[in-house]
Amino acid sequence: MSTSVRTAPPSDRPPTARSGGRAGRRAGLAVLGGLLLAAVAASFAVGAQRIPLGEVAAGVFAPDGSEHALIIRELRLPRTLLGVAVGAALGLAGALMQALTRNPMAEPGLLGVNGGAALAVVTVIALFRTDEVLVYVWAAFAGAAGAAVLVHLIGARGRGGASPARLVLAGAAINAVFTALTAGLMLLSPRTFNGFRFWQVGSLAGRDLEVFFEVLPFLLGGTVLALALARPLNALDLGEDAGRALGARPGRTRALGGLAVVLLCGSATAAVGPIAFLGLAVPFIVRAWTGPDQRWVLPYSLLLAPVLLLGADVLGRVVAPGELETGIVTAFLGAPIFMLMVRRGGLRKL
Amino acid sequence: MRARNLSVRWEPRTAAVCAVLGAVACGAAVFVVGTGDFAIPAADVVRVLAGQGDQATDFIVTTLRLPRAVVGLLAGLALGLSGAIFQSISRNPLGSPDLIGFTTGSATGALLQILVVGGGTVAIAASSVLGAVVTALVVYAMAFKGGGVNGLRLVLIGVGAAAMLEALNSYLITRAELRDAYEAAFWLTGSLNGRGWEQAVPLALALAVLVPAALASGRRLSMGELGDDAARALGVPVQRSRAVLVVTGVGLVAAATAAAGPVPFVALAAPQLARRLTRRTGPHLLPAGLMGAALLVCGDLVSLRLPVAVPVGVVTGVLGGLYLVWLLSSGGRKGIA
Repeated sequence: MSTSVRTAPPSDRPPTARSGGRAGRRAGLAVLGGLLLAAVAASFAVGAQRIPLGEVAAGVFAPDGSEHALIIRELRLPRTLLGVAVGAALGLAGALMQALTRNPMAEPGLLGVNGGAALAVVTVIALFRTDEVLVYVWAAFAGAAGAAVLVHLIGARGRGGASPARLVLAGAAINAVFTALTAGLMLLSPRTFNGFRFWQVGSLAGRDLEVFFEVLPFLLGGTVLALALARPLNALDLGEDAGRALGARPGRTRALGGLAVVLLCGSATAAVGPIAFLGLAVPFIVRAWTGPDQRWVLPYSLLLAPVLLLGADVLGRVVAPGELETGIVTAFLGAPIFMLMVRRGGLRKL
Repeated sequence: MRARNLSVRWEPRTAAVCAVLGAVACGAAVFVVGTGDFAIPAADVVRVLAGQGDQATDFIVTTLRLPRAVVGLLAGLALGLSGAIFQSISRNPLGSPDLIGFTTGSATGALLQILVVGGGTVAIAASSVLGAVVTALVVYAMAFKGGGVNGLRLVLIGVGAAAMLEALNSYLITRAELRDAYEAAFWLTGSLNGRGWEQAVPLALALAVLVPAALASGRRLSMGELGDDAARALGVPVQRSRAVLVVTGVGLVAAATAAAGPVPFVALAAPQLARRLTRRTGPHLLPAGLMGAALLVCGDLVSLRLPVAVPVGVVTGVLGGLYLVWLLSSGGRKGIA
């Protein structure tokens, strides 16, 4: 009796999803939520100055003007909020890209997004000689969005469409053009070069709350859109024809998914600069636990990515004297994962 | 198609292509030597090279500008050759040393030397060679699985390694004094500015060993392209000859990078453009090398004549990247990925 109640209508569940382990996956979400809280706490407490957790809470909610309260409010609060928001955005964007292209190697950083944002930022610095952070933010947003669209158009051309390897290579090609142009512009004057060299390593440090609130609407919009697409993405996973027979509209799902990707990784890159490999590694780890059902992959990625990003940020604060930028840490942890994936045969389509 | 091309080889055509490419490269070099604050007509450059110029022109040409042109020619030759070797080994047109991280690794080596250790031209060259070799070893070892190296796996693992090393390079750049970092950034782009005989001579010595070694291995390369089993049946010791080729190819990239910095895309584009001209299948080392020399020197000429001074690497990077985009969008039929 109870089993017949538990069996949902067949169209509700993709055939690839495991029917058991539902409670386990719920518990997993709770565990991830706990980990995220722990990462947030660590991000507040750990750094050049260690601050006890009791003082953290006081510093956030009832600042008393002490040095610790100042560090909390001015430095660690914006940094932590950005870490959570940007991490969630990159994790979701990676999961979405991988589902849309059925490509386990799709990743914002590899697919030209970082290169496009960099070119736009250096152009703005060279032309307008500005160091206004919000100008960087909008330039990076436009560049990231443009590059994402361009790489997909190129990768999808030619016979066989957007195969995993073709997309990565199209990303490498576009990145190469952008990198050369970026180098040309950045070398025009030492001033431009100096402004740009700090942006080009992604970092959570040195951004104030204004940046966070500027990109927040786009991040929220992208997140809502992404989560709403979980079910249509599952239908897409059945293949074009079967999906359509079940009432899915692949064209609309792809277009909305693309929009969500652009919103998410555009604003993430705009806020903190290029962060590589997070969007690749997170869904990869998540799928190993949840299986391919997007209704689990997306929320899991949303929670796991900020845990890893904050973790990388905190790690960067303690491993080296004078702090390693977040983007460097993620590249050094993520690239080996990518290479192992390739080695293990991750070239297969999802 | 392939079989016909193999059985009826247009050797006269290949020879003609080589002659034309060599002439283009040397002609562009003459114009490079003539370009600068003090312009020298091509005829005068040739006269000096023939040992019949006046003293002032002679000094400008042989001491100041000739080494730049020589480094351009030799580095281009080395990049074209190594591109042909790696594309043939990986059996993938994208398996060029710049896409799979060797050039980035060699840049990392040089940056560490320039910014952390500090040191002269020889030390920088040595570390860039070391960086390329270490990167190549790691990428090659990671791509090695089940007794062989799969071309696409090599390319993608190289892409990962390049991303990681680029992060390291940017890190080093942010930690240096602005002046040092700015200079290093010029070097990182691939530049022939200010190259003298102290770069040209070691490069020439390295190529004196490596170029004959590469050309001698051409036959083994073409057998290797038939597939490991066929090559083995023809008596080629596949893994050993591949190891020798990798060493030669890495040596060529490293020598070129040590002298000119990590110039992008010459190694990728030269072998394929040459192949289109010779209409031959299989590796074609000499035309690829000459094409590389022609590309790099022509790119340098363009960078010198542009209204704003940009390093040659910007020119080759933009043109090469666009070429790669075109290759990906039109060349899906030719077995790219």
